[in-house]
Amino acid sequence: MRFAVTRACGGGGGRARSGALYIGGSTTTPIETPSLLISTRKGLPTFVSRDHLAALPTPDSLLLHVSPLHFLDCPSSKTISNIGGLHQMLGLHEHFFVAAPRDSLESLPESEGTNKLGASFETPCGRRLIKPSAYMEKIASLKPNLWASMADEVPAWVSEKRNKTSVDRTLRWLDECLALDPAGGKTMLGVVVGGSNIEERKHCAIEVATRNVSGFWIGGFGLGENVEERSALLNAVTDNLPEEKVRFISGLSLPEEVLQGVASGIDLFDSTYIYHLTLGGFALIFPFKILDHNNLDFQLDDTVGDRAKINLRATIYRKDISPIIANCSCFTCQNHTRAYINHLLNVHEMLAHILLEIHNTHHYLGFFRAMREAIKGGKFDLFRQRFVESRRIHLTAAVLCS
Amino acid sequence: MALKFEVLGKFNRARAARLSLPHFVCQTPLFMPVGTQGTIKGLTNNQLEEIGCQIILGNTYHLALRPGAELIDDLGGLHKFMNWKRALLTDSGGFQMVSLLHLADITEQGVTFQSPVDAKPMLLTPEESIQIQNKIGADIIMALDDVVKTTITGPRIEEAMYRTLRWIDRCIVAHKRPDEQNLFGIVQGGLDPVLRDICVRGLVDRNLPGYAIGGLSGGEDKDSFWRVVAQCTAALPEDKPRYVMGVGYPLDLVVCSALGADMYDCVYPTRTARFGTALIPEGLLKLKNQAMANDEHPIDPTCLCMVCRNYTRAYLHCIVTKDPMGSQLVSYHNLSYMMRLSKDLHTSIVEGRFPEFVQGFLRVQFPKGDIPEWVCNAMEVAGIDVSTCCAP
Repeated sequence: MRFAVTRACGGGGGRARSGALYIGGSTTTPIETPSLLISTRKGLPTFVSRDHLAALPTPDSLLLHVSPLHFLDCPSSKTISNIGGLHQMLGLHEHFFVAAPRDSLESLPESEGTNKLGASFETPCGRRLIKPSAYMEKIASLKPNLWASMADEVPAWVSEKRNKTSVDRTLRWLDECLALDPAGGKTMLGVVVGGSNIEERKHCAIEVATRNVSGFWIGGFGLGENVEERSALLNAVTDNLPEEKVRFISGLSLPEEVLQGVASGIDLFDSTYIYHLTLGGFALIFPFKILDHNNLDFQLDDTVGDRAKINLRATIYRKDISPIIANCSCFTCQNHTRAYINHLLNVHEMLAHILLEIHNTHHYLGFFRAMREAIKGGKFDLFRQRFVESRRIHLTAAVLCS
Repeated sequence: MALKFEVLGKFNRARAARLSLPHFVCQTPLFMPVGTQGTIKGLTNNQLEEIGCQIILGNTYHLALRPGAELIDDLGGLHKFMNWKRALLTDSGGFQMVSLLHLADITEQGVTFQSPVDAKPMLLTPEESIQIQNKIGADIIMALDDVVKTTITGPRIEEAMYRTLRWIDRCIVAHKRPDEQNLFGIVQGGLDPVLRDICVRGLVDRNLPGYAIGGLSGGEDKDSFWRVVAQCTAALPEDKPRYVMGVGYPLDLVVCSALGADMYDCVYPTRTARFGTALIPEGLLKLKNQAMANDEHPIDPTCLCMVCRNYTRAYLHCIVTKDPMGSQLVSYHNLSYMMRLSKDLHTSIVEGRFPEFVQGFLRVQFPKGDIPEWVCNAMEVAGIDVSTCCAP
């Protein structure tokens, strides 16, 4: 793996940047950043099977996020090793797996149970205390392309003392993981925490930056911090990390949050947003080619929703034979109508979620692509402003109507 | 009549045919997966085509409740609604008399159901069943029959058989799209050969596009099951498709095909997949079993499906019955297995090596040679020598 910043100072007060992640040999097309990591359950997307995954835009859809904690019970580390690691076990040889314990869906940090021995998590296998040695054993068998060291993530409301402990522990575990890693940190992301304290964030970033790691995983966001102070916290981290290494954040997933992260120089994001939308029966419809047009309303659906998404459970879609988005090229929109998905949701059929996850992932990858183009064209600030404004205009209108 | 049925090859009673329906040209014998509510659970249309599904079954009863026949009709029929380009078959809603009997009341006029959605009584008459099926628009529609459990005996069986014959005439009269949809009659009569005989003759007189053998796969003993199939297939016309309803065990498919049946449907392959059981040539593979936890083989090393080419039993062991992907992948494999079996039946008959295929199938399923007696009996009638597969 090799990472290179292709355009720095693309906006966001000079922090937004585009980059390229070279995942294979030198001949393969790099994956451009900022980019979305597709969330998985035991290594595979929740609903999208390999054939449909392959039909999503490439190389954009090659990045997958995996939590090693999904494999605590089975298969055993030995079996995973025998099979040959994640890529072999999941039959996804071309894909790029980034492993981190927290997936914001099923593996959640439980800071109260965490102690000096290890981090406590709610996992699909129940609540577990994970020690660095056990974690490293899983990493060694899974062989992800990149992996984050262990974090003691705490929510925003803990005491200063607990927050300070979390930084100390996370740094100690970083060194433990590094010592246990036969590759000496070549595929490792160092974890930065520090809660809502700017000084702790700075301190942690500076410390982690001194370690021999290939990138950074920024933890402790999306855990109750004030949105107003988030940018300052993010900047405190990214300003103290070396430019040339990749930065992955967990817990920022909504479009506005992603824009906020990109403005602070983050490169990789998880896709928990897609998961929640899909389970709720929502389909993304917001426009993202907003730089090509002066009129913000050009492709908006006037009838419903909050203009970012529509709820296909709603009865108005019962007889709606249009696709989710008329000119969308995803499998769902090319083959199925809103009426059909509405029916599938009504009768609780799994196909509804398969079709929605395909569309929503496809759409969100498009949003990331548009954002990258904006950065490359030096127009990220305009992009962000237009995006946020169009949402704000709508929300104001909605409030006035009601 | 909106179908063409051409027999391409035969071995004694078994036949391989080309069945041309308005939406697809099929090869028989064939298995039809059940897509109760306008979808095969967990699989997309392109996957179903890739697997080789030719006809999908929709349940009239469920579709009439949700989304409703009117809506399907308004949106251009079920093919268009679910965007399925190949053939469809809808049942009559009659089977739910058995499966939801506590909710149903059967009279000469029709069946009164209690709607599971809003608990209101709904009357399903033969006319109404056909009307709904005309709206859904499947390639093959089924006559409403009076279904009784095969395990009960006495005058109720006889009443049901005669009523089925009376209802078929009402169905024929009610059928408004005979040039686009094929109405199949259903042979009833329980396990009584005399009643079955009366029913078959009565239906054959009506000269329908195809015939189904109904009232089976309801818990009757296997020896009675195959004898009814054998009796009916012998009496049904050579040039019409024969459909054994509710058959989905691979062994039953092979036996019925040897006896001259062409079409089958069952929820079994997909339902058992969701419960973590995979179909393999040797029988069943229970993926939940602890022995699978460290098994690095695919479900079936001889299978070329997307699942067997990519996943180990050990991985599937961790996801079946827990994650949606587990249901998807095992359903995909099980349907692939059923399609492969259908295709093997077809080609082996066409290529004149059907007995060898059946023998090979039985040898793998019963490596100890303990072939059930009912299978041996059926094979004798089918004219297939299985003595070499049996333990001495």
